[in-house]
Amino acid sequence: MDPVAAKYIGAGLACLGMAGASIGLGNLFGQFYAGALRNPSAADSQRTNLLLGFALTEALGIFSLLVALLLLFAV
Amino acid sequence: MAVSVDPIHQFELQPLVSLGHIGNQQIAFTQSALYMFAAVGVIALLTIAATSGRAVVPGRLQALAETLYEFIADTVHQATGADGKRFLPLVFSLFMFVLVLNLFGMIPYAFAVTSHLIVTFGLALVVILTVVIYGVAKHGTHFLGVFVPSGVPKPLLLIMVPIEIVSFLSRPISLSVRLFANILAGHIALKIFAFFVVQLLVAGAWGVLSPLPLALTVALTALEFLVAALQAYVFATLTAVYLADALHPGH
Repeated sequence: MDPVAAKYIGAGLACLGMAGASIGLGNLFGQFYAGALRNPSAADSQRTNLLLGFALTEALGIFSLLVALLLLFAV
Repeated sequence: MAVSVDPIHQFELQPLVSLGHIGNQQIAFTQSALYMFAAVGVIALLTIAATSGRAVVPGRLQALAETLYEFIADTVHQATGADGKRFLPLVFSLFMFVLVLNLFGMIPYAFAVTSHLIVTFGLALVVILTVVIYGVAKHGTHFLGVFVPSGVPKPLLLIMVPIEIVSFLSRPISLSVRLFANILAGHIALKIFAFFVVQLLVAGAWGVLSPLPLALTVALTALEFLVAALQAYVFATLTAVYLADALHPGH
């Protein structure tokens, strides 16, 4: 196979890792709202934890994007 | 037709003052260093100017500094307990440094210092070395209790201890790569979507679609401001969580 083509295919495949991050984010916000709508008075105190979880989960998706970018520009 | 853009170009270091060479490697005062000095200057000015008045009823600037301070103080207190207060200056400095550098990066045409892995890795190394040195100095061999989760059945420890060791060793990597990758990917995404506008504008009739990526660029910029503040907060929180291990190794 042409190595350049393989590089681009690899970059595309690396982006599949974002599927995992999107499942995680959906879970995170879904669960938060499920809890928050049951007990809205407790929701505000958990907002920073929500954002923390968002940042931690989102970072994993960005790692896979990083691999894709490395394949495109650095390899 | 073919307009080309290199989204990585914006992260290139530009030497401002050359300080000579070591081997083939140029040693220079780069724009990255200039931005770091500017960030320290802004933070120092902000905090000194804000606290010089010491009014009982704070003005705008003092209220801003107090909010930031209390925010980090709360975070550190929640993560480490009362004796974590001695680490507050470290965590607050790291938070302000990362926050100001991230926000500097959001100024158009400015350089994002935190998009360089070596910068964030240096910051993460400071955190991890503080944890290890303080933990060993204070607890001696008891610091190894970090690797032994309490309340776990003995046979499970065979699996848990290696996992804890790997997780501890990967902390500096994940702490630095998280910040660096977020900023890098955000800036590249902004560049690519901004480039779509140009590409559509030169593509004749398709130019009518160019407001779409423009709107997306605006939305992404807003998201990047959120990410800039959030990553600084996450860096500070995780620093506090790791420092809690140095203070209380036995989970």
